[in-house]
Amino acid sequence: MNLFNFWLSHRPDMLVAIAQHVVLVLAATATAIAIGLPLGIVAARRPRLGAPLLAFTNIVQTVPSLAMFGFLVAVPLIGGVGARSALIVLILYGLLPVMRNTVAGIQGIDRAVRSAGVAMGMTARQLLLQVELPLAMPTIVAGVRVAAVVGVGAATIAAAIGAGGLGDFIFRGLSMTDPTVILAGAVPAALLALAVDAGLGWLERVLTPGAARHRLLTLRAMVAGVIALMVVVAGGFALSGRWGTRVIIGSKNFTEQVILGELLAQAVERATNLRVDRRLNLGGTFISEEALRAGAIDAYIEYTGTALTAIFHQPTSRDRAEVYSRVAAAYAESGRTVLPPLGFNNTFAILVRTADARRLGLKTISDVVPHAPKWKAAFGYEFLEREDGYKGLVRTYGLRFREPPRVMDLTLIYRALASGAVDLIAGDATHGLIKGLDLFMLEDDRRYFPPYDAIPVVRTQTLAAHPELRTAIERLAGRVSEEAMREMNYDVDVRRRDASAVVREFLDRLGS
Amino acid sequence: MAASIEFERVQYRLPSGVAVLDDVSFTVEPGDVLVLVGRSGVGKTTILRLINHLLLPSTGEIRVEGRATAAWDPIALRRRTGYVLQEVGLFPHMTVGRNIAVVPHLEGWPEARIRARCVELLALVGLDPISYEGRFPHELSGGQRQRVGVARALAADPPVLLMDEPFGALDPLTRSELHREFRRIQGQLRKTVVMVTHDMAEAFALATRLGVLDQGRLVALDTPDAIARAGDPRIRMFLEALPPIPVISREPV
Repeated sequence: MNLFNFWLSHRPDMLVAIAQHVVLVLAATATAIAIGLPLGIVAARRPRLGAPLLAFTNIVQTVPSLAMFGFLVAVPLIGGVGARSALIVLILYGLLPVMRNTVAGIQGIDRAVRSAGVAMGMTARQLLLQVELPLAMPTIVAGVRVAAVVGVGAATIAAAIGAGGLGDFIFRGLSMTDPTVILAGAVPAALLALAVDAGLGWLERVLTPGAARHRLLTLRAMVAGVIALMVVVAGGFALSGRWGTRVIIGSKNFTEQVILGELLAQAVERATNLRVDRRLNLGGTFISEEALRAGAIDAYIEYTGTALTAIFHQPTSRDRAEVYSRVAAAYAESGRTVLPPLGFNNTFAILVRTADARRLGLKTISDVVPHAPKWKAAFGYEFLEREDGYKGLVRTYGLRFREPPRVMDLTLIYRALASGAVDLIAGDATHGLIKGLDLFMLEDDRRYFPPYDAIPVVRTQTLAAHPELRTAIERLAGRVSEEAMREMNYDVDVRRRDASAVVREFLDRLGS
Repeated sequence: MAASIEFERVQYRLPSGVAVLDDVSFTVEPGDVLVLVGRSGVGKTTILRLINHLLLPSTGEIRVEGRATAAWDPIALRRRTGYVLQEVGLFPHMTVGRNIAVVPHLEGWPEARIRARCVELLALVGLDPISYEGRFPHELSGGQRQRVGVARALAADPPVLLMDEPFGALDPLTRSELHREFRRIQGQLRKTVVMVTHDMAEAFALATRLGVLDQGRLVALDTPDAIARAGDPRIRMFLEALPPIPVISREPV
């Protein structure tokens, strides 16, 4: 079976991803308990204080996780990319169930039982530790159970901001449109959720009063659990706590970007002694830019046209040299340095099915104009929003479609076109699936799209600290042609090869 | 001998200003069983809660063992005061043995002494220590639970015992059985007991002193016989409004 072969061949990656996932969820749940339990106790005692606290966690719970991750990238101190901000998001999600169940558990205790404790001369502390917490414990554990299971799910989304874990496979699979890779991450994540649910469900039953004959057993299990948790968390921190000199390479969340991130990383690893951390598969342009600006990553590959319009909000130009120099100047002002272009121009590609192009004799975007009113179009969210995207395109060519264009995830849009769900899309000129799915790229005959030359953007501070970084990256200047890029994209997207292996072979050829 | 519990011109008002108790004065001698009767909401339970510092009087003073409750450390006072509730309020997550041991534990008794006390008390309330000590409250009948409640209240040998409708939730047979047990135990221990009930039969069966509360005031306080013979129309009216008193077969305590 495909899935098992994939697991076998990616065994080390899988184990790392599972470990990252477990550590992330454990650390987040443990922290949510450490914060939520005391808050819940306070809220149960003072409802006036508790109500706004619960309302806050309720609101947090309604924020979609992807939005929360995206938002947090730009927040100083706690934000950024990587496991830390993922941890923050997961803790926030875990707080509500832990807190709410602590409140419910304590308030649900029979009034006679509590007043008996008070009348017998228990202090508030004795009442809490000997009566209230033991009686509320099954309810609290039920809350922890919800928090942990939700955490396992939300942690898959955390891969979007480079926290690793099983979500890496899911996102990779989505960008490769390969269900096997998606399942390779989704199945263990689901199994993990079920295991956590079953384990904590058992604990909940054991802690229910009346089952207390198993008290000693329970106590031992809990102590063992807590120790195991601490070991795993400490181990996780030890693993991630490599504070030596390191350079963090980022990338956006589509195949070409992952390949380019890998390319940067391997080029640096080959030519220097620097340790490289990879934060690949970060959200889109905005998250990568924020991460670079905040110093959460040191370098990534951007495209000149994207930088000019989407990041610096300047009018576009068709002159490659002019765009490059304006982008370089804008980056320089904000503490980043642009190194020489890699060589290829990944402009937007307006794509149709090759069969349609042949049948209707389509060569250019202008050729499409008479057919467009019968067609459906789909674009990525960014393309619809950007200055150099959809609005300018329809204005320049006088395009009109049958209905307003659909918004579609970039990872799905090529398949949507190939399957006939839509008739025209905007994609990347270097995308491997153009070849893989037999799509046709229309010529931009009115030269609407500005150039999108791939450029390494590095934090100036990092370059100053490690001058060897510049030399290492400049070795790539002009060495990656459009054909080479499309080839690598094809290898990863269509032939399902590993990005790091594809890049290694490419660099080997370059070196010879 | 110093009076065990004294109320002196006690008034208790709710935060809203409504007076629950108004100008209540009485004295309970050591070894007395004072039973307070009256309609629901007349302030009977408030009197109990004032004695062990769960509440403080608005005006006036309550003295336990000669010292004002306001001057007592509330925790120390409560540990010298056994409390039995109608709902019993046994801790459901603890065995019968652990429930009885709560106050001795809080007081830091050595484990061996706690064990011995536990066995002694279970025997006293008529439960076989070997078969009941390890059970959980949900494994007991209502009457057994109330026996454990009494044992728990007596655990640290408090001089004062407060009982809030202790036998109210039991069936009549079990109730009269527990009345007999109570008289036997009280004959042995001679605690100062304040009990609240609205069951007149119970009041006449157990009281050495009987207090009648009406609209926040103590309208009568005397021996049960004197109360039964009372000529005061308020007391007569009150007694007649209550269910008929069955044949009283009170053994001397």
